[in-house]
Amino acid sequence: MGDEGDLAADKHVRYIVTVEKKKDSFESLVMEHIRLNGAYWGLTTLDLLHKLQAVDAAEVIDWIMSCYDPESGGFGGNVGHDPHVLYTLSAVQVLCLFDRLDVLDVDKVADYVAGLQNEDGSFSGDIWGEVDTRFSYIALCTLSLLHCLHKIDVQKAVDFIVSCKNLDGGFGAMPGGESHAGQIFCCVGALAITGSLHHIDRDLLGWWLCERQCRDGGLNGRPEKLADVCYSWWVLSSLIMIDRVHWIDKEKLTKFILNCQDIENGGISDRPDNAVDIYHTYFGVAGLSLMEYPGVKPMDPAYALPLDVVNRIFLRK
Amino acid sequence: MHGRPRRPAKPEDAAAAATKAAKLRDLQAQVLRNHHARTYTKEALGLSFKLLEINPEAYTAWNYRKLAFQHNLREFSDPEPIKSAVDDELRVVEVALRQNPKSYGAWYHRKWLLNQRLALVDFKREFGLLDKLLKADARNFHGWNYRRFLARFMGVPDEEELKYTMDKISDNFSNYSAWHNRSILLSNLLVQQRNGFESKQKIFSEEFELVTQALFTDPSDQSGWFYHLWLLSQTSTPANPQLIASWPCNGAKLCLSSVREKVEQNTLSSMWCYSLKEMIVPIVLYFNEPVKGLNPSSVKLKSDLVFGMDIHWRPLSVTDSGYSNCWATHLEITNECSSLQQFSVEVSIPCSDDIVSRSGSRYNCPVHFTFLIELVNRGDTAEDINLFHDPISWDCSEPFQSHYIPFDQLKITSSLVQEDSKWHFERLSDEIDLFRELPDENSKFVKLTLARLLLACAAIKSRGRSLVERKAYCEEALGLFSDLVHLDPSHKHYYEDERSLVLMDKLTCDMETFMKHCSVQVQPNSAPLNHVRLCRLSFTRIGFAERLLWVQVLDLSHNSLRSVEGLEALQQLVCLNISNNRISSFTALESLTKIISLKVLDLSYNDIGAHSIDTTRYICSSPFSHKVEACESFEECQKKNINVEEYWEAILLFKYLKLAQLDIKGNAVASKENFRTLVMTLIPSLKWLDGECVH
Repeated sequence: MGDEGDLAADKHVRYIVTVEKKKDSFESLVMEHIRLNGAYWGLTTLDLLHKLQAVDAAEVIDWIMSCYDPESGGFGGNVGHDPHVLYTLSAVQVLCLFDRLDVLDVDKVADYVAGLQNEDGSFSGDIWGEVDTRFSYIALCTLSLLHCLHKIDVQKAVDFIVSCKNLDGGFGAMPGGESHAGQIFCCVGALAITGSLHHIDRDLLGWWLCERQCRDGGLNGRPEKLADVCYSWWVLSSLIMIDRVHWIDKEKLTKFILNCQDIENGGISDRPDNAVDIYHTYFGVAGLSLMEYPGVKPMDPAYALPLDVVNRIFLRK
Repeated sequence: MHGRPRRPAKPEDAAAAATKAAKLRDLQAQVLRNHHARTYTKEALGLSFKLLEINPEAYTAWNYRKLAFQHNLREFSDPEPIKSAVDDELRVVEVALRQNPKSYGAWYHRKWLLNQRLALVDFKREFGLLDKLLKADARNFHGWNYRRFLARFMGVPDEEELKYTMDKISDNFSNYSAWHNRSILLSNLLVQQRNGFESKQKIFSEEFELVTQALFTDPSDQSGWFYHLWLLSQTSTPANPQLIASWPCNGAKLCLSSVREKVEQNTLSSMWCYSLKEMIVPIVLYFNEPVKGLNPSSVKLKSDLVFGMDIHWRPLSVTDSGYSNCWATHLEITNECSSLQQFSVEVSIPCSDDIVSRSGSRYNCPVHFTFLIELVNRGDTAEDINLFHDPISWDCSEPFQSHYIPFDQLKITSSLVQEDSKWHFERLSDEIDLFRELPDENSKFVKLTLARLLLACAAIKSRGRSLVERKAYCEEALGLFSDLVHLDPSHKHYYEDERSLVLMDKLTCDMETFMKHCSVQVQPNSAPLNHVRLCRLSFTRIGFAERLLWVQVLDLSHNSLRSVEGLEALQQLVCLNISNNRISSFTALESLTKIISLKVLDLSYNDIGAHSIDTTRYICSSPFSHKVEACESFEECQKKNINVEEYWEAILLFKYLKLAQLDIKGNAVASKENFRTLVMTLIPSLKWLDGECVH
C-alpha cells in the first residue's frame, strides 16, 4: 500500500460534523462571512462519503433559509450578511443535496441572479457591480439548477466568457486576465452547462492544464506555483469536462491527496502536514470522486454536485 | 486557509486565542449592527476600518463603507471634503492590501472608488501602489488586473504597457503574468496596426529572439515555453481559412445503383457509392480550421442532374455554433434514367464574404473541382441489394485498385500563400536549428518544442504540394514522442495522443504506404466496398480524417481509442469496427450519429459501463448542457418503463443510429439485465445483434 494509506473517510466525516459546531474560534470567525459556502463544502463531502444522514436536514435547511434576504431574493454568507451570488449558489446546491428546492421562492431567487447580468453578458456578484467570470459560472449554474436559464441572455453570457479566453487556451477573471485554474473551471463549467464547449481549443487548454501536475504529483493553479489540493478539483474537473483527464497521472495525484490527510484528527489540508480545513477536505474528496476512488460517490464535474443529484434534477419529469 | 502548518493546539495559547476571538466576534457583530441600522458616524466608520484591517475578507463591511461613503457625500459640495473622503477610502484599501494583497473586496473597493469619478486620480499614487505590490509578488493577478483597468481608465497607450512587461521580464524571465500581458498587448497592437506594429513578421521575429533568450537562460522555467508555443501557432497558421480536402475529390467517378448486376459490372472503373434507396450523394468539404457561412451562394454547384431538395450545407462538428471544419450537403438525385448515364457535377468556391473563420478572416482562395456520377437504370425486375442478408464480417479478400481513389489534394495556387509560407518556413527552420543546439538534452520542453516545430514545418511544406514531404518530419517527431514518454511518464498519455496523430499522418500521407492498409470488401450478394484497416497500431485518437473521406468500411479494432471524434467527416462510411478499444461511454460516440450511411457497428470489447465518471458527458448533446429537451427525448422511453436515469446515454445515441448490425458484447453495460431488449427497442432497423438474428 505504501505510506499514503487509504482514505480515512470516517475521520473526515467526524471532522466535518464537529467543525460545524466550533463557531467561536478565531479561525472560524474570520471565515464567518463564508459559512454558507462552508455548509456546501461540508455537506457535499458528507454526501460523497454516503453520510449525508449524519446531519439533521431540517435544522440545516432552517439555517440556510435564515441567510436568505427576502427583499432581494439572494443569500448572504451568514445570518445578517449582505446577499451575493457566491452564497446564493451554495444555498441552491445544498437544497439540491436534500432535494428540497421546494422551500425556495424559485422565481424570486432566479430573478435576483438574472438581474445581475450586465449589457455585455457578464454578471456582477451583487448590486455593487464587481464583474468576474466566477460570477458567470455561478449565475449559469444556479439558474440551470432552478430551470430558469430562460431569464437571461445565454448567448451574451457565453460571448462574455469567450472574450475572457487567453492565447494559452485558458481563461481569466475578466478580458485580459491571466489564466488561472479556478477561473478556468468557472469558464469551462459555464460553457459546459450551456452546451458551448466547442469554443474551447481542448488540446491547447488540455495541455496547459495537464502541465499543472508537479513533481510531487499534486496540481498547481498556474505555472511556477506550488501544488495545492484545491486544484485537484479545479484542474481535474476542467480536464474531465474537455475529455483530457487521461493526460495527467491519476495515481500520483491520488497519492498526493491522501498524503494531505490528517489521519488522526480527520480533515485534509492544502499541502502535506499543513493545517486542515473544510474547504480542502471537500476539494480533496471531490478530486478523489472524479478519479473514481472506491467508496466515494461520483460527482458531476460541471455542477459540482453528486451525479445522482444532478441526474435527478435533469432527467426526472 | 492556505499555507498554515499543522500544529496541535497548545493549552497556554487557548486563553489568548479566546480573547482574540471574542474581540473579533464583537467587532463583527457591531459592524453588522451599524450596517443594518444605517449608522454612518465617524465612530461607526472607524469600527469598520478596524475590522477590515484584521479581516479584509469581511465583504459586508466593504458594502457598508460604500453606503456610508454615498451617504456622507451628500453633505459635501466642495471638492476638498470630497477628495478627502475618497482619500480616506483609498487608505483603507491600502491598509487592507497590506494585510492581504489578494483580497477581492479591497481591490474592488478601489476600482469602485475610481469609477465614481469624484476626484482626480493620483496617477503616481496608483501606479506607485501597483509597482510596490507587483515587486513584492510579480504574479499577483489582482494587481495585474487592476493595472490593466488603470491603464485603460487613464488612457495609457498599449505601447507603454508593453514596455512595462519588458521591464518585468528583464528583471526576471520567470514571470508568466508579464509574458501573458505582453501577448495580449502585442495582439491588440498588431490588430490595430499601430505605428511600428504593421508587420507581423517583424514583430514575431523579435519575439522569437526575446523568448529564445529566456529559454536558453533558464530552460527549466515554464513561462517561456508557453509563450513560445503561442509564437509558434502565430507563425505556422495561414492567415485565411483554406479548403484542404473534399469528397468526392476532383476527377472521382461514382456509380449509383441499387441493382446488383450493374454494380458488379461497373466497379472496376469507378467507385460504387453505397446509397440509401433514395439515391443520395454526399458532398463533403473539409477546411483547415472551423468556418461558417457555407450556403448555396458561397458554394456553387453546377450540374445537369436534377436535385430534389434545396441544397443545404450543414456543419458536421458535433455541437452547433455555426463553425465547423467539416461541412456536408446531401444531393438527392431525382433524375429518371433509361440506361447508363453519366453526369458531371462541378463544385466551386469563389472568394467569399460569407465563409469566415472564428477570427473573422475570410475565405480568399478560389477552388473548384468536378466529379462524375453514373446512374444506372433500375429496371423492372430489379432485385434490390440487401447488404445485410448475412451479418457482415470484417475479413476482406481483394487487393486495392489504386485508380479507385485519386489521392490528390486540392492545389493551392495563390502566390500570397506561397510567400507567407516561405517566411514561416524559414523562421521555423531557424528555430529548429537553435533547439537542436540546446545543451540540456533531457529537458522535456526542448524535445516537445522540437517535435512541434518539426510538425509545423511539415504542415507548411506540404501546403499545396504532395503530402509525402511530411514523412521525414513525422518520423523524427515519432522518435521524440517516444523519448518523451520515458522522460516524462506522468504525461505519458498526452504524448501517446500526440504520437497517434503523427502516426496517422505518416501512414496516410504516402500513397504507397497507405495502400498496404487498403483493400476491397467483398460480400456475397452485394457490391464491393473499399476497406481500410488500421488495426493493432496503438492508436489512442483519430486524426487527419480529411484523408479518409472516401472510406466505406473502416476497421480500427485492437487499438486504444477513447474517442471517435473526427469520424463524423466520413460520410461514405457504411461499416465501422471499433471493437477492442478503450471507448468508455456511449456519449463518446456522438460523432457517429452524423454519419447517415452507417449501418454496421462493432463496439464489442470496450469499456462502456465500466466507469462512473463520463469524460464526454458535456461534449455530447444532453439535457445537462441544454442541447436536448429531456421531456421530448425520454417521454416515449418513460412510457415503456425504460429506466431513463440509467440508460439516457444509450437512448440518445441509438435514437439516431439506424443500424442493421451491432456488436456490443464484452462491454460491462451489455451484461446488464434487459440491456439487449433495450437495444432492440431503440433500434427498430436492427437485424443482427452480437451475431444473432433479431426478429
